[in-house]
Amino acid sequence: MAVEGRLGPRICEGDCAVLKRGDVFKAVSVLRRRKITFEKQGFYLDNAIGHMYGTTFEVTSDGNLQPKREVEETTTETKEAGTDNRNIVDDGKSQKLTHDDIKALKDKGIKGQEIVQQLIENSTTFRDKTEFAQDKYIKKKKKKYEAVITIVKPSTRILSTMYYAREPGKINHLRYDTLAQMLTLGNVRAGNKMVVMETCAGLLLGAVMERMGGYGSIIQMYPGGGPVRAATSCFGFPKLFFNKLHEFPLSKVDSLLCGTLSTETLPSEPEDAALAEEEMNGLVDEKQTSVQGTEEESSAETAMEINQTEEQETMDINVEDAEFKENKERENKENVREKQRKQWERRKKLTEAAALLREKNADGLLVASKFHPTPLLLSLLEFVAPSRPFVVYCQYKEPLLECYTKLRERGGVVNLKLSETWLRSYQVLPDRSHPKLTMSGGGGYLLSGTTVVLDKGKSDSSNLEALKMEEPSSKRCKVQDLHC
Amino acid sequence: MSFVEYGDTIKDGDTAIVFLGHESMFPVKVQHGSVTQTKYGVIRHSTDLIGKKYGSKVTCSKGGWVFILHPTPELWTVNLPHRTQILYSTDISVITMMLELKPGSIVCESGTGSGSLSHALIRTVAPTGHLYTVEFHQQRAEKAREEFREHGVEHLVTVTNQDVCKNGFGVSDIADAVFLDIPSPWEAIGHAKSALKAEGGRICSFSPCIEQVQRTCLAMEEYGFTEINTLEILLRVYSVRTISLQIPDLGKAAEDNSSAGFDSSNPSDQGSPGTNLQQGTVQFKSGVPLREMVGHTGYLTFATKSLF
Repeated sequence: MAVEGRLGPRICEGDCAVLKRGDVFKAVSVLRRRKITFEKQGFYLDNAIGHMYGTTFEVTSDGNLQPKREVEETTTETKEAGTDNRNIVDDGKSQKLTHDDIKALKDKGIKGQEIVQQLIENSTTFRDKTEFAQDKYIKKKKKKYEAVITIVKPSTRILSTMYYAREPGKINHLRYDTLAQMLTLGNVRAGNKMVVMETCAGLLLGAVMERMGGYGSIIQMYPGGGPVRAATSCFGFPKLFFNKLHEFPLSKVDSLLCGTLSTETLPSEPEDAALAEEEMNGLVDEKQTSVQGTEEESSAETAMEINQTEEQETMDINVEDAEFKENKERENKENVREKQRKQWERRKKLTEAAALLREKNADGLLVASKFHPTPLLLSLLEFVAPSRPFVVYCQYKEPLLECYTKLRERGGVVNLKLSETWLRSYQVLPDRSHPKLTMSGGGGYLLSGTTVVLDKGKSDSSNLEALKMEEPSSKRCKVQDLHC
Repeated sequence: MSFVEYGDTIKDGDTAIVFLGHESMFPVKVQHGSVTQTKYGVIRHSTDLIGKKYGSKVTCSKGGWVFILHPTPELWTVNLPHRTQILYSTDISVITMMLELKPGSIVCESGTGSGSLSHALIRTVAPTGHLYTVEFHQQRAEKAREEFREHGVEHLVTVTNQDVCKNGFGVSDIADAVFLDIPSPWEAIGHAKSALKAEGGRICSFSPCIEQVQRTCLAMEEYGFTEINTLEILLRVYSVRTISLQIPDLGKAAEDNSSAGFDSSNPSDQGSPGTNLQQGTVQFKSGVPLREMVGHTGYLTFATKSLF
């Protein structure tokens, strides 16, 4: 144990961790005396605290975790196996142990490994099975009875596979390899100033934050009352990563682009009640128009066991406050002050984000949302500097076709590419290698490109020329061209 | 300019990408007094490039114009001088994410080859991480060093000229991730394990043939790697076109005056059905797959070095 001091990070109370059993993942908060249910097993994480990330545990009969050491496989004595299955008959009686017997073994707290051994010994057909079939049988039983759980540190790899497997609907079916393409095509790296618009529970945001490592800044554009960051919080980022994370409401993008955004004229003093109220009313309106979206998102959040964002809470209180102001005025004087302070902070953050956007020099734009991508792109690209990449994700291809056409009409972009990736997994075993039986049917589509200086004066003629230059189609494309 | 930091204006010594249109581009080393020939005419660096903004339209001597783009690892990948077969961005994306790379990561790579993946790795681990890359071909190793210097990333990478299968990566107990793109990766798995940190890490091996993958997987298992997983990623590119399909003449037009029988997305047709039905077409936008696509680059085998 002494050696471990110089090794990696340990599991601490309050950490965001991921449980792993086989290929199944679940993100949890490490809390004492809190029962976790994972893969039909209930247990407590208390004993895991202090162990290193990557440790594998067994669930004991009293629901605690016990670190599992590497056990050398008890190889079944002299290997005996059949060559084919011509004499194996499925009479449903090959297993001599009954359901009740197995349950009794489990209840006695017998180790999974021994149960598997018992099952093998009591299978009359096991010896007649081919070596490969025996192998498969053991693997299947092990999976069922030898429940071991590994606790790992969250990462984009783990969380994106987890979300795609468990709740693809919440991330618009953005498959992990597609997310990987977005990060690369968008040249996401430390020091960038990125604009991100997503309704993927904060998964894309988290992936971008991981790749930026706390260097540079991110402006998250959000619909409705506030950004959803349920998945972002699963990453367990240090506080520092949030210092340069800004958010800006989508509903104010137009006024920002027209130069009529109200915050600019607002005084920075929190005391100004009249203006505060005006702002508040603005928020109420915003809430009403976007109520559907917000509700969907908040229900999406609960399942991932993550609390709502602060912004949303604040806003709800504001709405309530406006309605019952008279009744509650006296008791709430303190609260009101607190709210005003929060509101002022909120407005300050909004002003900061607006200032960053107004510079129109972002280093990239990533969009992955449930909304139609065309209006988002046409507006948000205004904030991006020339010669910077942008990537739009959509679950469906058709909206991206339109977006492609509209971007061509607008100009100011080159290298437009509509693409999709296919992901195929393989079973690799001696003499048994082949693609896996099932593969994902679809992981969405990407439209990517590079911004260039938009010369507004003669956009029409340059568009024609751009079309002439870029439209030439697949006929000319050689295999090498496809790679890029 | 640097491959790990955006700059606004083009400077002397930069590597810039000249974009001529539809995936036709090439890299250029910007130098005072230098000129570059394109099919649209000459670009004079001192007057046409230096001091201009990246992303600007530059008019060439014959009146045609090109865009000058800021270099990125992705643009470099499609423009670099090939010394070997290279990895493209589709595979690179998955490798980067599955190896869990981020700023600060320490990565080992072999072979360096043409440096396509190397540039992407450096971009991701900068500014605090490092790439140790091993190339047994002396000339290629030297060329890679030169490129890293020109691209302003030499402080983030160490190129070692040795045989990774015999001599390993030249570092031990330091890496968060190892990447292998060599003909016999199974001979380097032991070295990869010792290069990785004791607390564990990730490994990826890229091989075009399944026999290579099988041997690699066996070696990984032997060395105690877990979560061994082989996958393949294919890129499908679509060209966006407006397609028009002719409506067949079923002889109905004369007697049947209503065009409700078929779904025409061209509303102007409905005004005068029948008369011009023979020439009638339906137009729609489509994403048409390219006639030929890359069907296989290589299998990617990932695994984890576990704690114990």
